[in-house]
Amino acid sequence: MISLAGRDILHAWGKFVFTGFGLGLLIGVTLTMAGVYRGMVDDGKALLDNSGADMWVVQKDTLGPYAESSSLNGDLYRAILAMPGVASAVNVTYLTTQVRKGERDVRSMVVGIVPGGTGATPGWPPYLVAGRQITRGHYEAVADIATGFQLGDRLQIRRNQYTVVGLTRRMVSSSGDPMVFIPLKDAQEAQFLKDNDAIWQSRRRTEANPAFNRPGVPGLLDAIIASQSTNNYVNAVLVRLKAGAVPDEVASSIQRWKRLTVYTRAQMEEILIGKLIATSSKQIGMFLVILAIVSAAIVAFIIYTLTMDKIREIAVLKLIGTRNRTIAAMIMQQALALGLIGFAVGKITATFAAPLFPKYVLLQPQDSIAGFFAVLVICALASVIAIRMALKVDPAEAIGG
Amino acid sequence: MKNLPLQRRTLALIAVIVPLLGLLVYVALRSGPLAPVAVTEARVESRAIHPALFGVGTVEARYTYKIGPTFAGRVQRLDVHVGDRAKAGQVLGEMDPVDLDDRVRSQEAALKRAEAAIREASARHAYAQSQARRYEQLFAARSVSEEAVITKRQELAIAEAALAGVKEELVRARSDRDALVAQRSNLRLVAPVDGVVILRDADPGTTIVAGQSVVELIDPQSLWINVRFDQVSASGLAADLPATIVLRSRHGRSLKGRVLRVELMADAVTEETLAKVIFDEIPSPLPPLGELAEVTIDLPALAAAPVIPNAAVQRLGNQTGVWQITNGEPEFIPVTLGRSDLDGHVQVLDGLNDGERIVLYSEKALGAHSRIHVVERIPGVVP
Repeated sequence: MISLAGRDILHAWGKFVFTGFGLGLLIGVTLTMAGVYRGMVDDGKALLDNSGADMWVVQKDTLGPYAESSSLNGDLYRAILAMPGVASAVNVTYLTTQVRKGERDVRSMVVGIVPGGTGATPGWPPYLVAGRQITRGHYEAVADIATGFQLGDRLQIRRNQYTVVGLTRRMVSSSGDPMVFIPLKDAQEAQFLKDNDAIWQSRRRTEANPAFNRPGVPGLLDAIIASQSTNNYVNAVLVRLKAGAVPDEVASSIQRWKRLTVYTRAQMEEILIGKLIATSSKQIGMFLVILAIVSAAIVAFIIYTLTMDKIREIAVLKLIGTRNRTIAAMIMQQALALGLIGFAVGKITATFAAPLFPKYVLLQPQDSIAGFFAVLVICALASVIAIRMALKVDPAEAIGG
Repeated sequence: MKNLPLQRRTLALIAVIVPLLGLLVYVALRSGPLAPVAVTEARVESRAIHPALFGVGTVEARYTYKIGPTFAGRVQRLDVHVGDRAKAGQVLGEMDPVDLDDRVRSQEAALKRAEAAIREASARHAYAQSQARRYEQLFAARSVSEEAVITKRQELAIAEAALAGVKEELVRARSDRDALVAQRSNLRLVAPVDGVVILRDADPGTTIVAGQSVVELIDPQSLWINVRFDQVSASGLAADLPATIVLRSRHGRSLKGRVLRVELMADAVTEETLAKVIFDEIPSPLPPLGELAEVTIDLPALAAAPVIPNAAVQRLGNQTGVWQITNGEPEFIPVTLGRSDLDGHVQVLDGLNDGERIVLYSEKALGAHSRIHVVERIPGVVP
């Protein structure tokens, strides 16, 4: 038995293939949009994964450190280390700022990490793509490769210069800014000592205050200025639990006895994805839905028009006594073939286009599979309308004008 | 004849569809979560490492002399400026004596008056003595009454007492004068040692309280660096270890020095161990006090042991380890790590042997079921 659909496609294969390509680009855009949405959520999760923590201890009643600012005394981690169930507790600071290299500057999240361990401490980049981890307690940096920095580059963060000793990948803040890791003490200083002008001005202000600058008490002003220009605060303490410890129990005991706020991994994910990126991800999600509806409508139109183009041939087929089932099968097969080509082209273009986006685009296989079935269903549904039209055609049209 | 165009079309269609399908399969397997993770490998090698400690500190002077008056007063003159060298004993300036000179003169007058009083008392004493002696002789010849002799003896005793009193008065006046002179000289600001003036806190005419410093002097030979080492990475720090010092203003030029002592008091808040590092040779020109310095302390080399780069160290669950490559598959091996150096080499005490292949860099975090393919360089890294 000859395949009517195949014969028909071969008859005008160029048109068919080009239509498939056009459709494919549309599907590609839809898939990419889905990838943008997934990427956004994944950025949030990457931030949590990369910190390597089971729990985050932050300032009481704040949503810190990512969604809100939080500050804790730098020595609080010792008290947390003593809590049962805690395997390690490490200070960390986060500061989103412009990192300068020569003329160029890159918006980055500067992460202050505790140096000195032999790798794999919470807060550290969990893997590198080049170079080494930070070994000195000052003036070294590990940068995400998305910043465009290279090994050996000298970076300027606020007042100090840092040498890039390592590169990592996919270390981003929840808004997709690449991270730069520097030693904790430098990061604390960077958060506080903004620039030399600000320091001078702050000293002048202190000097102008008669309560601090008393002639009868030499040395008072120096002591006050010294105490003003130190910062021993951190933004959060990253806690890793001992095997077998129940996160919620440890969290509630720290909250209860240390009077701090603690978030477990699940709560932190809820804050990041449910609160921090909620509106922007909903925005993208909405756009994705509209794009999907528009794509479906266009697919339906294309198949309908393709069938309408062949209405005369279908009339001839009817005239020579072809069964309705055969005609319906032909249209359905063509629609599905079009859908297959479209999906293939779409998937390929989306994959190749994804790395070109400035922010992360995550194409998940399950999205592709869902997309694949959605395309087939839409094509099948669209062909049903076309089949109805084709079956209603009057065989007389074949010979009529 | 009629079949040929059909076949050509079929071929053309196949020519489009087959590469498309091929590309799809490639894309599905080579990108996204199903794709193998690009990694680079390293070998565990046995070698000696040279651990070192890195700290930052500020240039300070071991001896700082804050010179100022011991009484409240006004600065009269100050002859030295910042950067001037001073010799031990040199007068650097003087405080306003106000009425001190007049009081010294008044004390000198009082001294002279006391001397005159001594002369008067001595004359009275000499006269009383001779009178007493004469009456004794007359009384012995029974020419005068006993009462007259007793009167003369009493007069002599009074004259002696008066003389002793005015003598003591002279001592008091002299001491009073000496005290004033000492106070007067105490108003001079004198350099206690050879040194350099680093600070001139007050100018002539300024009133200052007792104890406030007017000039500060340092001994340039006593410059040292107060270095802070993070306590986590301060093991092995000891006196006499060689140090390399890089001053912030002289970047790229390192100076030699050594650890003078490790302070017994550490900073409990910043969790830093403090140490003093001295220069082998004092740099010239002198670095300003308070300048930031980076100090690297070289520790003795360790015996050869299996060493891996610190970038290879990963964490899986609560275990620290590395991904070992066996038959092209990654396998997580927990390791015990030892000392490390500043170039990122870490000793492996347990878990790995020489020559074993491990994952050094990876494109993303590896998991137990990750597929890997070993590359020369992770894509995107500029050589």
